[in-house]
Amino acid sequence: MTALLLVEQTLNGLQLGVMLFMIAAGLTLIFGIMDVINLAHGSLYMAGAFVGATVTARTGSFALGVVAGAAAGALIALLLELTVIRRLYARDHLDQVLATYALILTFNEGVKVLWGPAPIFLSAPPLLSGTVEVLPGVPYPAYRLAVIGAGLAAALFLGWLIGRTRAGMLIRAGTTHRETVEALGVDIGLLFALVFAVGGGLAGLAGVMAGPVLAVQVGMGEQILILAFVVIVVGGLGSVRGALAGALLVGLTDTWARALLPVLLRGALPPSSADQVAANLGSVAVYLLMAVVLAVRPQGLFPRHA
Amino acid sequence: MRERAAVLAGAAALCAAPFLLEALDEAFLLSVLTRMLAYALAAAALDLVLGYGGMVSFGHGAFLGTGAYVAGVLLHHRADGSAVTDWPVRIGGTAEALLAWPAAAIVCGLLAAAIGAISLRTRGVHFIMITLAFAQMVFFLVLALPQYGGTDGLMVPSRNVLAGASLAGDAPLYWVALVLLALFLAFARSAMAARFGLALRGARMNERRALALGLPVYRLRLAAFILSGAVTGLAGAILANQASFVSPDLLSWQRSGELLVMVILGGQGTLYGPVLGAVALLLAEEELAAITEHWMLILGPVLLVVVLFFRGGLWRVVAGARGDG
Repeated sequence: MTALLLVEQTLNGLQLGVMLFMIAAGLTLIFGIMDVINLAHGSLYMAGAFVGATVTARTGSFALGVVAGAAAGALIALLLELTVIRRLYARDHLDQVLATYALILTFNEGVKVLWGPAPIFLSAPPLLSGTVEVLPGVPYPAYRLAVIGAGLAAALFLGWLIGRTRAGMLIRAGTTHRETVEALGVDIGLLFALVFAVGGGLAGLAGVMAGPVLAVQVGMGEQILILAFVVIVVGGLGSVRGALAGALLVGLTDTWARALLPVLLRGALPPSSADQVAANLGSVAVYLLMAVVLAVRPQGLFPRHA
Repeated sequence: MRERAAVLAGAAALCAAPFLLEALDEAFLLSVLTRMLAYALAAAALDLVLGYGGMVSFGHGAFLGTGAYVAGVLLHHRADGSAVTDWPVRIGGTAEALLAWPAAAIVCGLLAAAIGAISLRTRGVHFIMITLAFAQMVFFLVLALPQYGGTDGLMVPSRNVLAGASLAGDAPLYWVALVLLALFLAFARSAMAARFGLALRGARMNERRALALGLPVYRLRLAAFILSGAVTGLAGAILANQASFVSPDLLSWQRSGELLVMVILGGQGTLYGPVLGAVALLLAEEELAAITEHWMLILGPVLLVVVLFFRGGLWRVVAGARGDG
């Protein structure tokens, strides 16, 4: 029983972790290269989820929904970069926070106008709706396994993009010596737009894939955005490797805390309140993790300028 | 001089407001004004760290909400005669503002000390994200207290009394909020003009130089953060009285964002500016909400345009004064 719970929750934690990685990787790249803090990144995740759910409902094809969600994330990100974010590069972080905060308000209300305030539901494709026996006697939803796979694939893709391609080389150079890259004649505007679009695409993809697991609703973006901030702080600002390590650590911590606390608290509290208390205390675990990491290593686990 | 005239005009308007509203038969609006004063107090307190200290705290909602909960919880226990805690000493509920409000400020000051001690080890974007994350942690911690309503919020059975005198009705609470705001502004102005404020501002402008001069930069910032958190908690206690209800929403990241917007809208580093910003933002929200249910669809783009193209804040327009933070 406990072994089963442990395996299941570990996989759930991995699934949350890869999801967080897809958000945090974009955020951390955007910060690392452009020195911009983009609160509206969560809105791209939300936009991906809503567009993906709508396309899936209209066409009946989940695969098309995934493509549409990722494309929506990338396109909106590109549009934002060209109209708003571009004006924020030279500003201080406070202005960036306020401008992108204003964007969140706009996006959330816009989605409410277009789709209504009620959550919409997106079901997993029929092919992946069953369970798989990951270990003898331990069934696990196939869809969640697919999410883990897709997340790992995204991590590999990013690793290849950043480590093996010319664009990636420029990105790496841009995170450490932006002025030099600019002085060498690289079209930095194009590079910035590209990074933004890749980050937005990943966020949109994460949004659609989260659809069948979580509810597609207004405000979903900020919940995951704040967790992604924790991931970045834990992993080290500007580092994609740090984002991966941080995301898995945060995903596992959050899931384990939520799974184990109810079991522990059920003995100590009346059952009516035990679940509520446990659910909220479980949410606190990741912030404690962050506080501990900060106390030991203020620059995160993988500092950029080590 | 123009700034002084603007301050006097503002003070006169706020003092005349209860009588004016009474004469116009719109006395119910006084409660709305009290809410604005409470937010103005919180925004001015945030300006200490933001405008003068250069620390972008995205977590001041945690102090606003915690202050409101402390006042609300004490009233709640007072109403049913139970104790907040029996161990290590029995702490009962109370309705006395002279006890409850300082308690709210002290609890928030301690919370700010804990959050600040960790967060101030970092700079810039790190600081923004960490204060946001810690505020979220406080949010979940409070939700984990089912005896205080959890996600439903806490109904506050009655208002505080001030030295035994009732604060029931709109006018008494309004005057108390106004006096507290005036006292804080006077205190903060002089503190920012004194050694403490100069050192804080110096550390913001050039940290290395401040350190080389032997200034205890970390401790200065922590002191400002604690003071700011405590006063924001006091504003929360006023809000709990004004609304007769404490919503966990006060602790949310949206409140923290709103406080930041108030400071910037009014003009950071001016103390009076955030007061004006709080009034302007809440007024805009009320007016827009009367036009359409989707008022945020208007407010969002307006804020965006303000941030992108209109810098310096309202206070500079009104008073012609530059922020000296």
